[in-house]
Amino acid sequence: MNQTILECKNICFSYHNLNGETKALTNISFQVNKGEFLAIVGPSGCGKSTLLSIIARLLEPESGEIIFHEQENLKIGYMLQQDHLLEWRTIWKNVLLGPEITKTLTKQKEDLALKLLSDYGLIKFKDKKPSELSGGMKQRAALIRTMVMEPGLLLLDEPFSALDYQTRLMVSADIGNIIRASGITAILITHDLSEAISLSDRILVLTKRPATIKNNIPVHLSLSDNSPLAARNAPEFNDLFTLLWKEISDEYCGENC
Amino acid sequence: MNIAEKTVDNTISLSQKLYIKNHHRHHHIVTLLRLLILILFLGIWEYAGRMKIIDTFFFSSPSMIAAYFKEMLLDGSFFTHTGITLFETLISFLLITLISMIMATLLWYSKTLSEILEPYLVVLNSLPKSALAPLFIVWLGTGINTIIVAGISVAIFGSIISLYTGFKQVDKEKLKLIYTLGGSRITAFHKVVLPSSIPVILSNMKVNIGLALVGVIIGEFLAARKGLGYLIIYGSQVFKLNMVITSIIILCVIAMGLYQFIQWLEHLYKKKS
Repeated sequence: MNQTILECKNICFSYHNLNGETKALTNISFQVNKGEFLAIVGPSGCGKSTLLSIIARLLEPESGEIIFHEQENLKIGYMLQQDHLLEWRTIWKNVLLGPEITKTLTKQKEDLALKLLSDYGLIKFKDKKPSELSGGMKQRAALIRTMVMEPGLLLLDEPFSALDYQTRLMVSADIGNIIRASGITAILITHDLSEAISLSDRILVLTKRPATIKNNIPVHLSLSDNSPLAARNAPEFNDLFTLLWKEISDEYCGENC
Repeated sequence: MNIAEKTVDNTISLSQKLYIKNHHRHHHIVTLLRLLILILFLGIWEYAGRMKIIDTFFFSSPSMIAAYFKEMLLDGSFFTHTGITLFETLISFLLITLISMIMATLLWYSKTLSEILEPYLVVLNSLPKSALAPLFIVWLGTGINTIIVAGISVAIFGSIISLYTGFKQVDKEKLKLIYTLGGSRITAFHKVVLPSSIPVILSNMKVNIGLALVGVIIGEFLAARKGLGYLIIYGSQVFKLNMVITSIIILCVIAMGLYQFIQWLEHLYKKKS
């Protein structure tokens, strides 16, 4: 049942410029199981986004390897910090951007897009421009744009960080539920600890740069209702939060104390 | 219900009415004063000419210009000269737009190419392009080719630089989005860079159409037998100042018309999006 879908082995990565080398990642190794929701937290600027870009094959690791166990060419969906909907396209044209680019736009894709739009309550806004939608709706449209590609693995790069606090709670709960319901494997990067606890099955804590894995914390919340908002009231929530907070603040203290 | 709505409407429209009234009054005053300046200027000019305060041989006068313009219309020379200048300007403008779009695209596509060519573009752009016109005459002879090349030379380098700068300013995260969806750099260009650069392209066109006209007139000064630039230079050599000033006025109208044309395109685009 716990079938490994992705394995990172000793990933290292550095940025280079004429003033020298900045090591971003050193010896990062971890596995992700099928259907798992993994969160990665760490101090800001520690290289979390770099790691995600490497998994998404946008960057080549300097050493180490990424192994996709199920299929070599696993389709990867990527959600950026902002929705980046193209404002000159309608929502419909925006969600079909992926198939349009990869030239895989079929009737079946269009049907999928229609189904996702109606499932996520955006069908009425199909022919509207992004500027006519609220922040949360735009983020949902961005998720549909990713899901239309039917990815086997979903990467979320702080996808709620551009939203205001209230919208953020709503949208993260909303999107968390959607991802859970679809059973898709997901990796979420965030600096919001409560978001990590309420959404994920497991949390990886990274050290400050050059990042290594500091801790690997499974999240088991005793709840009948598995929604992210309810998760914040789970009895284990506070203990987990304190533990995570300590792990992260140790990293900051290393420099200042 | 209806009555309540009406009272609300009335209370709003009272201050709104006042606002609209003031707005229109302001607008009328501005238009009136604009016209007044023109009429005063023409009136003083005409009066000074008739009272021999200024020598109309050198300074001409509105009535003489009107008479000369009528003459030009009747013998058809207005159409030949204006037509050729317009034609040369539009061809220059189209070539500037085409060449600079292609060049800016190549520069955006290859960072190395843009690094290699940057100093040349900067030097060529800061060069006073009118200095090149005599060279073009030697290379291409007198005639329409020289004039079109002169028109192109004035705007092309600045146009390439400003389009390239515009392309570069496109949000990097939007490009990343295209890459995450499996697109290449070429896909990123036509799905993101080109559509989001349309405002830059349009404002660049506005600058180019004016500069193309400048270049064409410089070319006509030196290498033409037809066109408004030729009339201006010929008129000044044979002391036909009516011809010179009338041509300058026609040029003013053309410049304004061409600018308005691009403005209209911009308006169409804004309305559509």
